[in-house]
Amino acid sequence: MHLPYGGSRHTESDTTAPALMFDDVCVTYPGSQRHALCNVTACAQLGSRVALLGPNGSGKSTFLKVAIGLLPIDGGSVRVFGQPVGTAMHRIAFLAQRSEIDWRFPISLRRLVATGRHVHLGWLRQPSRGDIAIVDLAIERLGLTDLADRQIGQLSGGQQQRALLARALAQEADLLLLDEPLNAVDAATRDIMTQTIRDLHAAGKTVIVATHLHDDLEFEYDAIIRLSAGTIVQDRAPATASALPVAGATRKDVA
Amino acid sequence: MDLLTAPFRYEFMQTALIAGILVALICAPLGVYVVLRRMAFIGDALAHTVLPGLVVAYLNGWNLLGGALIAAVATALGIGWFSRRQALHEDTAIGILFTGMFALGILFISTVRSFKDFTHILFGYILGVTTEQILLMSAITVIVLATLVALRKEFELTSFDPLYAEAIGLKADRLRYVLLVLMALAVVAAIQAVGVVLTSALLVVPAAAATMLTNRLPRMMVVAVGVAVIAAFTGLLLSFYFDVASGALIVLVCIALFLVAWFTRLVRDRLRAAHQRTQGVSP
Repeated sequence: MHLPYGGSRHTESDTTAPALMFDDVCVTYPGSQRHALCNVTACAQLGSRVALLGPNGSGKSTFLKVAIGLLPIDGGSVRVFGQPVGTAMHRIAFLAQRSEIDWRFPISLRRLVATGRHVHLGWLRQPSRGDIAIVDLAIERLGLTDLADRQIGQLSGGQQQRALLARALAQEADLLLLDEPLNAVDAATRDIMTQTIRDLHAAGKTVIVATHLHDDLEFEYDAIIRLSAGTIVQDRAPATASALPVAGATRKDVA
Repeated sequence: MDLLTAPFRYEFMQTALIAGILVALICAPLGVYVVLRRMAFIGDALAHTVLPGLVVAYLNGWNLLGGALIAAVATALGIGWFSRRQALHEDTAIGILFTGMFALGILFISTVRSFKDFTHILFGYILGVTTEQILLMSAITVIVLATLVALRKEFELTSFDPLYAEAIGLKADRLRYVLLVLMALAVVAAIQAVGVVLTSALLVVPAAAATMLTNRLPRMMVVAVGVAVIAAFTGLLLSFYFDVASGALIVLVCIALFLVAWFTRLVRDRLRAAHQRTQGVSP
């Protein structure tokens, strides 16, 4: 018996469709007049790594929350693997900013990572031995095995961030949306996470990283979406960026 | 030893102890979520808003617990509904519903000549629990514990990471409604033991004591039940020997146990900090 949480699990999605497609999307927060996103058109090709750049408040988090279906849109359309938002939830993993989570909650790191399996389990079913093996592997890949039984509040900021990425791995999603994953983390975490994102790319996953600083993947992104005040100011592939005379200058003003 | 067991030779003391244990089994594990999700105020409000339900049921000769249950569930849904629209902060919505319903209850009471009948409702009367009420409490115990077990992974996730829960299609709002309804059931059971005024103590204090002693959820629930059972037993015993209000004593023993737990935590944290200093490890 399988009772999914919400939406049906469409599996017959178009295999050639982009991982994420925003077409003229507008978003307004409830009780606000101002558009949080305005006429945003963007696309993440299957298997690409996309950087979502822009200063704080430019709409990066809003962009990701729309893609995952946490915020309704006023206009335009959003497609995930060619399907409407909310129909392929198990295929998208969302890694929120660390501040969104109550780290004092009495739960171990392993149980936190195991919540990545919930979308596959649905109501009433408990993780099987296979699920637990997937969870333990994800924990190991992010170098957290020794900390698996720690209460999540006793982890450092970098370890917490790695735990969240481990959960995204445990979910076995095809599209990963990472909100400032390298913000205020230690060097070891930065290295492990950067390598993990490379591994995901090698495995054919699509990764979208919202960031407001230079990171180690800077020269590896396949595309850059630059947001400012809720609108796209630049959307280009870095491969062609070298042809642009201002490429170096625009990189610098990101920081 | 005889001092501890002798009072429980009386049937009314046995029934009261069973009622106390059932209330502990209902309130303490649920209370852990109440404490961790910072819903203490809502718990207190629920306990107070059942008053008009109780009074109306009493005046019409209906089942008291039925009246309380309807009022509590209505409040639980009302609070969720009011604060959902975000025009009103949740604590304000609670403050309005809570005092409004309580005032309504007092208004109904004032229409009756004898106020004395209602002291049991306000302050509890665990020594007067009937077999019928024990059966109802047992049913509530089964419902609450079964729901907590069946929805454990969902309650956990929506408690510490509602955003991720929503992202996978798990509606945090609905889980919250379920929790509110369970709290309403718990309140109805607890009112028998300690009354409207003190019920929220059973939801909050044993769980708060448990959070001082452990950082694992299932263990926390077990410890909370332990605290509540000890409090029920000790409170009944003391009220038997000193002939004072049992409800108040149960709550006071809970508070005393909380203080012990709090102090234990304080000492343990100090010792750990001192140990780390001597080891030269930064925390």
